[in-house]
Amino acid sequence: MSAATLHHDGAFAAARRRLRFGPLWLAAPGLAFLAVFFLFPVLRLLGLSVQDLETSAWTGDHYARIVATDVYFRVLMSTFRIAGLTALLSLLFGYPLAYWLAQLPERQRGLAILAVMVPFWTSYLVKTFAWMVILGRTGVINQILSGTGMPTLPLLHNEFGVMAGMVHAMLPLAVLTMLPVMTTIDRRLVQAAETLGAPPANAFWLVYFQLSLPGVAAAGLLTFISSLGFFIVPALLGGPQQTMLAQLIITQIQEMLNWAFAGALATFMLVAAMVTCWVYDRLFGLSSLSGETSGRAGGGQGHLRNAGMKTLSALAKASAALGGPVGRLLGPKMMDRLLPLYSALVIVFLVAPALVVVPIAFTTSPFLDFPPPGYGLEWFRVYFNSDLWVSATVRSFAVAFATAILATLVAGLAALALARSSSRWRGAIFAFFLAPMIVPRIVIAVGLFYLFAQIGLVATDLGLIIGHTVLALPFAFVAISAVVKGHDWRLDQAAATLGANRFRTLMLVTVPLIRGGLVAAFLFAFITSFDELTVAIFVSGGVKTTLPKQMWDDMILQLNPTLAAVSVVVFAIVMALLLIAEWLRRPAR
Amino acid sequence: MLSPLAQARTAPVQAGAAATPKLLVDGLTKRYGAITALEPTRLEVPAGEFLTLLGPSGSGKTTLLQMICGLVEPSGGRILIDGQDETRTPVHKRDIGLVFQHYALFPHLTVAENIGFPLRMRGVAPADLARRVKDALEMVHLGHLAGRFPKELSGGQQQRVALARCFVYQPSVILMDEPLGALDKKLREHMQYEIKRLHRETGATIIYVTHDQEEALAMSDRICLMNHARIEQIGTPHDIYARPKTAFAADFIGVSNIFRGQVRRDGAGTPMLVTGNGSFRLSADTPERPDGALVVRPEQLDIDGEGDNEVRGEVVDTVYAGSETRVLVALGGGEETITVRLRRGLAPPRLGEVVAVRWRADAGVLVS
Repeated sequence: MSAATLHHDGAFAAARRRLRFGPLWLAAPGLAFLAVFFLFPVLRLLGLSVQDLETSAWTGDHYARIVATDVYFRVLMSTFRIAGLTALLSLLFGYPLAYWLAQLPERQRGLAILAVMVPFWTSYLVKTFAWMVILGRTGVINQILSGTGMPTLPLLHNEFGVMAGMVHAMLPLAVLTMLPVMTTIDRRLVQAAETLGAPPANAFWLVYFQLSLPGVAAAGLLTFISSLGFFIVPALLGGPQQTMLAQLIITQIQEMLNWAFAGALATFMLVAAMVTCWVYDRLFGLSSLSGETSGRAGGGQGHLRNAGMKTLSALAKASAALGGPVGRLLGPKMMDRLLPLYSALVIVFLVAPALVVVPIAFTTSPFLDFPPPGYGLEWFRVYFNSDLWVSATVRSFAVAFATAILATLVAGLAALALARSSSRWRGAIFAFFLAPMIVPRIVIAVGLFYLFAQIGLVATDLGLIIGHTVLALPFAFVAISAVVKGHDWRLDQAAATLGANRFRTLMLVTVPLIRGGLVAAFLFAFITSFDELTVAIFVSGGVKTTLPKQMWDDMILQLNPTLAAVSVVVFAIVMALLLIAEWLRRPAR
Repeated sequence: MLSPLAQARTAPVQAGAAATPKLLVDGLTKRYGAITALEPTRLEVPAGEFLTLLGPSGSGKTTLLQMICGLVEPSGGRILIDGQDETRTPVHKRDIGLVFQHYALFPHLTVAENIGFPLRMRGVAPADLARRVKDALEMVHLGHLAGRFPKELSGGQQQRVALARCFVYQPSVILMDEPLGALDKKLREHMQYEIKRLHRETGATIIYVTHDQEEALAMSDRICLMNHARIEQIGTPHDIYARPKTAFAADFIGVSNIFRGQVRRDGAGTPMLVTGNGSFRLSADTPERPDGALVVRPEQLDIDGEGDNEVRGEVVDTVYAGSETRVLVALGGGEETITVRLRRGLAPPRLGEVVAVRWRADAGVLVS
């Protein structure tokens, strides 16, 4: 063979390598989908915000108007205030609970986590409805108060109501983000610190707390970003003072059709989310979000690190000064029980609202009295006889099912692609698939609405499925990636040596082994869609409504026991799904 | 120069060193419900001693160690350090150092910060702290790694950091909980020398837990052998090896051949042990007892050599171990085997060959 052909062959092979670029092709459908239905609409919306409505020329007018108009500026500030406060309170209340969970024996911890997860699986609208029932002027708490002769309290349509609803919704996320970090902390390190002369307060703050910090920061980041886009809770539990950015955006679109201004508002929210992520990335590294240990040993640079350590030493001193007298007051027995007692109270706070709805669904009264004057099935009859409710339920179910299949498929391919790739694009693609979780939903929803309006997908089931899939993809992706990470690829090689081709290896070896992740992904995607309101509020219109949209419309108009009956139905569907998923996830006997 | 803290601490020791042991464990016991983790135990450790707690897992050695440092609360008894009752003193106020089995280095602190941690907790001034950390690092030959994080170090280096972190604040008593358990054999032997050197250089009082009898023999001033939640025997390594008090002690330390039987006296009044493998003459100073177990070490047995006692058996295996060769001989029907160290210069016997194994009466020890 001549040197020329050799050279030619080499170049050909190189070209082929470049074209194939390995298993990453499997991520292509997901990348294309996100590019069209996520990246493009969001960028378009940002573009709209700097365009003049008539002339399409560049302009900063919309931003100037936000900052200059007192009302808008106040909403901006209250959005950050409420989101910040929610994140802070979720961390404060969640940390001791996570600490308690981390030191429980495995079995008991599993059970306790199920209880902590209750609000997570409960629909936002059901949760919010429950809080209205509990906190209302004639709600559960006030009826107990007036029953015992005490004055009633204004608990709803104010900051307190919003914080109760927000913290209740965000606490499970905070706890479940901190917990994995805490369970990997070696508790012997705390003992070691004590044998080296550290008093318990120092041992906790300088060792345990510092080691749990990545979890705390991740939890803070996720709760803050998620809280930024809330509108259900502030709209239904808050007053005018608690109006948040997302509510403003919805009004601008629905009532004014002012795309550019809505785009400018959305930009503020997006920038806030991005800046938070950036700060987090600088301090801890974004990869630690997905549980990968960051390359940065110890984290943080010189000055910051020293300042942090000084702060923690001060905290240790303060808590020792505080803990001493409290400990003497309560005695050692009581001190030991303090944490379990506290944890039990927080778990009651998390679980109780879901339970309160049940008796009200069976009330005979047309009002939301608690306890109900009598029990019957009247409101379920109303629900099942209403074409509007039934068709909304059927649509929600079908859309959720389609979303779950689409998201699991696309995310599964992407997760497989990234697990086996060592490409330098890997990190970027990973981040891109997680991006719909970081970008506030309302921003995605408004962007999609604009796109759908142009291509005729508004008020269609397909539009809903596409929108919901964008939102569900990151969750499905994380669920499958977590399992694929632990997959032993030598088993696939073994299958190949035994004569299985690539497809059969995938179907007969890989998929059965990562089944747990696939089921979890399906479940996450289904529930994301089933509980989704942000996209639905724009895209599902008229008679083509979904269950959450129908509940939302009813709740704004007037609270009634039918909502309780619907809540119970939604709750039952989700619980049934969880049980089926648990059954499916178990390995075959 | 000692720091003021260390001076204050060592002063009373020097005054009453002769009378007061550094550590006195008096009637110390631990029960978990119906289970006894440690029977009431008394143990005295003079200043500067290297004492090993040796025993199988579950023998109570770790429980004893954890009670001494305060991580486990005793069910009864007292712990005195320099004559002061420390039984109820919280962990962090006890002047004790503990080297953990898995080092327990703080992953978020650098090597220097790890070593400085106990000094920081004691409020040592920054300049003094830096100097003492530097000295401690030099002592374990890790001066060049001060700024690294623990996970960037090898297992042996992590072990040295753990040692430096413990020696740096000169605690009254240093406890080590199987500190070399995670290292491979070669490194373990090297670290044994290192720890002995640190002990010599600092004069520290060290209590060392291990289940490795070779390690115990090599390192200790005294060995405290534990079994079934109590002390089986306490003595110098030579004491325990040469004069075990129980069959367990003989079996756990070194290789032993054990014959059980009844004690008789022959016509001349010489004590004899009647066993299933024949009658053996015992050493003349054997204490009076009706029965017992005769312990003979492999190096005291000789194939076709001189001796007062003899057993015959078939050679079933020879094990070459470099510095020595061991011969396994099956006795009567092959149910029992004894281990014999082959005399230097002798060619190993063939498998299946029947040999006579002999030993002198005063080589064996009769134990309970």
